[in-house]
Amino acid sequence: MSPASIALNRFGYGLAHGKQPPEDARRYLLRQLDAFDPAPRAIASRTKTRGKTGEMLRLLRDLREKVREAGDPVMAEPGMAGAMAEGAPENPRAAALAGLPPEYREKLMEARRVVVDDLAVRVNVAIASPAPFTERLVHFWSNHFSVSVGKPGTQFEVGPHEFGAIRPHVLGRFSDMLKAAVLHPAMLLYLDQFQSIGPGSPAGQRRGRRDNPQAQAPRGINENLAREILELHTLGVNGGYTQADITEFARALTGWTVPGVGRVGRFAADQPSGAAFVALAHEPGARTILGRRYAAGGPEQAIAVLGDLAAHPATARHIATKLARHFAGDTPPASLVARLEADFLKTGGDLASLTRTLIAAPEVWAPGPVKFRSPFEWFIAAARVSGIEGLEPPRIARVLNELGQSPWRAPSPAGYDDLAASWAAPDVLLRRVELAERLALGSPTEDIVERAEAAFPDALSASTRTMLTRAESGRQALALLLVAPEMMRR
Amino acid sequence: MLTLLNRRTLLAGSLALGAGTLAFPRIALAQGSGSRNLLFVLLRGAADGMAMLAPVGDPGLEALRGASLADYENAQRIGSFFALHPAFIEVGKAAQAGEALFVHAAATTYRERSHFDGQNLLETGGTAPYATKDGWLNRLAALLAEAERGAAPRALAVASAVPLALRGAAPVSSYAPSALPDASADFMTRVAALYDGDAELAGLWSRALETRAMAGDDSLRSLRDGSANGTLIASLMKGPQGARIAMIEVDGWDTHANQRGAFARSARGLDALLAAYKAGMGEEWANTMVLVATEFGRTARLNGTNGTDHGTAGAAMVLGGRVRGGRVLADWPGLAERQLYEGRDLAPTIALESVLAGAVAEHLRLDPAVTLARLFPERAAKPLSGIVRV
Repeated sequence: MSPASIALNRFGYGLAHGKQPPEDARRYLLRQLDAFDPAPRAIASRTKTRGKTGEMLRLLRDLREKVREAGDPVMAEPGMAGAMAEGAPENPRAAALAGLPPEYREKLMEARRVVVDDLAVRVNVAIASPAPFTERLVHFWSNHFSVSVGKPGTQFEVGPHEFGAIRPHVLGRFSDMLKAAVLHPAMLLYLDQFQSIGPGSPAGQRRGRRDNPQAQAPRGINENLAREILELHTLGVNGGYTQADITEFARALTGWTVPGVGRVGRFAADQPSGAAFVALAHEPGARTILGRRYAAGGPEQAIAVLGDLAAHPATARHIATKLARHFAGDTPPASLVARLEADFLKTGGDLASLTRTLIAAPEVWAPGPVKFRSPFEWFIAAARVSGIEGLEPPRIARVLNELGQSPWRAPSPAGYDDLAASWAAPDVLLRRVELAERLALGSPTEDIVERAEAAFPDALSASTRTMLTRAESGRQALALLLVAPEMMRR
Repeated sequence: MLTLLNRRTLLAGSLALGAGTLAFPRIALAQGSGSRNLLFVLLRGAADGMAMLAPVGDPGLEALRGASLADYENAQRIGSFFALHPAFIEVGKAAQAGEALFVHAAATTYRERSHFDGQNLLETGGTAPYATKDGWLNRLAALLAEAERGAAPRALAVASAVPLALRGAAPVSSYAPSALPDASADFMTRVAALYDGDAELAGLWSRALETRAMAGDDSLRSLRDGSANGTLIASLMKGPQGARIAMIEVDGWDTHANQRGAFARSARGLDALLAAYKAGMGEEWANTMVLVATEFGRTARLNGTNGTDHGTAGAAMVLGGRVRGGRVLADWPGLAERQLYEGRDLAPTIALESVLAGAVAEHLRLDPAVTLARLFPERAAKPLSGIVRV
């Protein structure tokens, strides 16, 4: 690949229809740091969390109690994964929906619309962006702090999580992004933090004394968020923490919840992240995590822990490795990881500096393709190069689902795999081929060979060029370009 | 001219061509006693073995699990000590028929509690996370080809992407039902030409076509329905062209909160999948083995939100027409505080790798020691024996 093709395709989402390839590859990328708009008009109105989650969870609780009175112990459990989980539109789900009370059904349908609309905003911003490299960074970090619509209420929060907690910080400080992302309602819901209660807190003590144990499920501490912050978001799995650190951190996090949830909800104090802090549920006392002592306190206790985790050397190593793997291939050169790690440590996690170091690093400019494009990456690149317009939000959601990678729907808190072998599979390829003709159907189809030369400057293979020339129509030529080897790897 | 053909005709044609020109030796091999198939079901998210198969005979269980034990009052017993979760109706019937075997208090060598590392080790068969790059099922395909002196057996991921356990040097196909419209025949032909000089894409492409031709018009649009899934997998494994080694992933087992309902739902889905698969395999069920495993178990005690957290030992299932089932293999460690691993988890007493290697070796007539060494190297424990009826 030529430097221009690497800048376009390895760093970005490919050339957009009607644009010219860059003359100076590195400067083209550096300019995108300034051109990036953290809150373009389509996103600006969608960054605030919507405060609908509490409403939805209250509805769910009422529904559960009704079902419990009717005597079905299984349906009475919260979660309701079958009916609740956002998924591909299909009949079993419609049937499950039909069985729900109308007010709940309406709420669910509203929740679904919100996710689909947010998803379309993400996609359309990336397709039209003058800073596709920075958009890639947004999506990289969004996957690093992965949240999913699999839990009730998160539908209202996953879009705002990326738009309001990730996007503004991609060229800011890692510690700010960390605090915003893990203390956001989307994450507090997704990793069960919202219902974690300190056993020694007034709320925990009252629960313990309650006479009738059947009245309400006993509540206590939940370690899930604390564990994943340490393992996935900061130090990494070999980052040197113990089970005791996890438990202590989980205690420090108690009290962080989502506005409008639970009986103690009226005591909640709103937090800048869109979350709420309920002092009555916070485990009292000082905490010791990774050998450092944190004085007793309120919401600032967990924030102080996050600040130290963000600056930890293990975090620098972990972030450097993931970033290198994303841009320089599954097994990135150790020298690149060291370069990024050193920059992160030197600047205390300044992500703009880290990004400039990435652009300057010779290892990222290795000529051969280093990675098989993930389905989302392929779809954005295909939409940009084809010049397709007016994709309706439900269609965008359907297509991404069929391609195998819907944002905000990763199967685990680790996000989607960032390995070529995870995506280079027969069925994954066939789906792209199936979609290509449809995408070409709604796109401008003239001058495909010239457009291919521009999209892969000095990097289009002779065999691809021949196949494009021989196509029976402009539309077929475009469809072939969308699935050509040059489009599959970068 | 090609444009007049529909996709299925074209695919059937290309498949016939492939079989003719490559002359798969395993087609001959499949005659006679019939080739033996293996389906690996990976439960992602750490399924709770103590919910799957509750040790109701242990006096310590009540204190740990409390109200959730109501589910097991009328549940089917496996032996006198264990009760099968009531959602496993069809698995229970298979156990009664002697075709479902359970293993309890089993774990891989992994002793931390990260899903991702745990799954990595269960899938690669390595002893350190991320140290091994290919999967044990892929190495099994290679081993089988060596042992039978034939081509690599057809291996298939019932998923759009190939899960780690199946990745490696041996060729693997992948398939999942799609709601996308079919591409036109002419376009498909041109795509094949486009990939002609590209070894990786050409390989992926030809395997995709073969597998989709096998699936035919499955009329499914996704992998969400357990029963439809089971039927689909059977259709992709039956007959001489079917896959001999296949894998499917089932998630929804990470029950940190309100486990009772969540586990029951996931278990019902798995039960439906296994039942439909068995029905779909028909007479070939006699030559089939299903292995069901998860990365690790969960805490013995319910947590503060009526769920369980990441633990250590769990349960596994082995099903099939030749399995010596109806029993539980366990060296029960006990549930008293001092008997729990690190005071919180069911303690492991059986190596899960020994279960997997022993089961596939007996079923596929491979040398058990060689199988263990190849699939799960550097293990001290021996492969388990007596899993399959002779």
